[in-house]
Amino acid sequence: MSTHTETVAAGAPAEAPARRKPQLSEGARAERRLGWLLCAPAVIVMLAVAGYPIVYAIWLSLQRYNLELPNQVKFIGLANYGAVLRSPYWWHALWVTVLITVVSVAVTLVLGMLLALVMHRTLFGRGTIRTAALIPYGIVTVAASYGWYYAWTPGQGYLSAMFNNSAPLTSTYKAIAVIILAEIWKTTPFMGLLLLAGLSLVPEDLQKAAKVDGATAWQRFWRITVPLMKPAILVAVLFRTLDSFRIFDNIFILTQGNNGTESVSILAWDNLFKALNLGIGAAISILIFICVVIIAAVFIKGFGTAAPGADTGRR
Amino acid sequence: MAAVTTTPRQKIGWGTANVVVVALALIPVLWMVSLSFKTPAAVLDPSFIPAQWTWSNYHEILSTATFTRPLFNSIGIGLIATFISVVLASMAAYAVARLRFPGKSLLIGMSLLIAMFPIIALVTPLFSIERALGLFNTWPGLIIPYVAFGLPLGIYTLSAFFREIPWELEKAAKVDGATPFQAFVRVIAPLAAPGMVTTSILVFLACWNEFLMAISFTSTTAARTAPASLAYISGSSQFTVPTGPIAAAAVVITIPIIIFVLFFQRRIVAGLTSGAVKG
Repeated sequence: MSTHTETVAAGAPAEAPARRKPQLSEGARAERRLGWLLCAPAVIVMLAVAGYPIVYAIWLSLQRYNLELPNQVKFIGLANYGAVLRSPYWWHALWVTVLITVVSVAVTLVLGMLLALVMHRTLFGRGTIRTAALIPYGIVTVAASYGWYYAWTPGQGYLSAMFNNSAPLTSTYKAIAVIILAEIWKTTPFMGLLLLAGLSLVPEDLQKAAKVDGATAWQRFWRITVPLMKPAILVAVLFRTLDSFRIFDNIFILTQGNNGTESVSILAWDNLFKALNLGIGAAISILIFICVVIIAAVFIKGFGTAAPGADTGRR
Repeated sequence: MAAVTTTPRQKIGWGTANVVVVALALIPVLWMVSLSFKTPAAVLDPSFIPAQWTWSNYHEILSTATFTRPLFNSIGIGLIATFISVVLASMAAYAVARLRFPGKSLLIGMSLLIAMFPIIALVTPLFSIERALGLFNTWPGLIIPYVAFGLPLGIYTLSAFFREIPWELEKAAKVDGATPFQAFVRVIAPLAAPGMVTTSILVFLACWNEFLMAISFTSTTAARTAPASLAYISGSSQFTVPTGPIAAAAVVITIPIIIFVLFFQRRIVAGLTSGAVKG
């Protein structure tokens, strides 16, 4: 009612609606205050650790700022961005990151779906499967990376021995394949569990009805299961994509970014901790942030992934 | 439905699928365990099963502060960060699930943004800020960012759990003469506890696993966590490769988590999927 009067009275002197607005009921006002009070600590921590630093990073990225030359700090505008965007290292790192992301997410989606189907449909040992699947999820990424690293080291590793003592970590695309393999192994269970949750929402009756109508298992999967699971699939893929795009741990252990396997995160880290160049490091960080925002926007606007506000997704 | 019409062929098919899944999940872990029991000489033999078994790698890493101190740091930092972020997240999640106030969707949007944040984008500025504030290479220097990154996970998981709680019970208890405090402690807290345990597990696992900030914001064993310490483990002499000790350390930080995960698996699965499915 009150909103109605307000819109009608929009042309009238501003006092009337302004006075009416704060006149919430006492209870509603207390509720609002309590809500803000309860959220305040969380908001303050998140702003302090992520909000302020990202602003600071933007400022840093506009400076010439090398820790080895502290006296030469100077505002240089967008020159750092120019330097990064002209550098072949950035474009190669971006290509490597996109390649790893696309391949690992695509394969993880397929394997995760298979895993979810096995967990959902298997006739026996369902508990054992779930238990086994949680192991790669729970394992520390770095610990698993060392396992893969030694497995592919010639003379030490069983995988290397199986492939004629090959040393895949010394050549760019073979090393990227090993990195992708390590990513897939680690993240398939997470994908599988998210998809399993979506799978359990597909009504059994619908499957049965389609079966009676003579639909094959393949048809039922594509015509019933996948369309009904689309929201769950999109959320899972979005989170996996963003997670994969910031890949760091596996590459850091497996190749340390050598032999042309640098991801954008590794490139930024090297600029910061090896070259001690805060300006360039910050510029790369901001560019990565922009990439992530673009990916999220494409998923949410383009594919209609459930909007974040609908508390659909989490990592 | 399938149970009624099970054919031997189906049984074999699913059995094979099960075996494949279990084998794929376990082989890389068993390989690490095998490496950790190999003698320094046997490390240079690529066979999957050690020819000679030895505990020496474990003795070695557990007797040096290069690894034991980071292990202690990991436990301490993980527990403190988990505690703080679950307390703060429950407050916010209660507000999100139960109260009506403007700015709620802003809060949810903000925590989603942080959940998706490329951590590397914060490493540069936080490194600089922490050095200026004297937080670099200290426990708080890792606890504070871990709390911040635990919050989105906590808020999402907990608000999904809190929505399921039958809050009318609280009113009923008050009608029966309970004070608001009693109503909370006797009625609501026991119902909220499972969600909080689940969330704590997920946040702790995330802290335990974290690597990028752990190597960026520490420089000595004063605050370095266990995953970050693996790279600093050396062989018993400078002529031996540290493969065995590193594998042993990797097993030490992995096995407790695996036991933990298996013990709480129902809760973990519920927590991982709660935010993603329920709307």
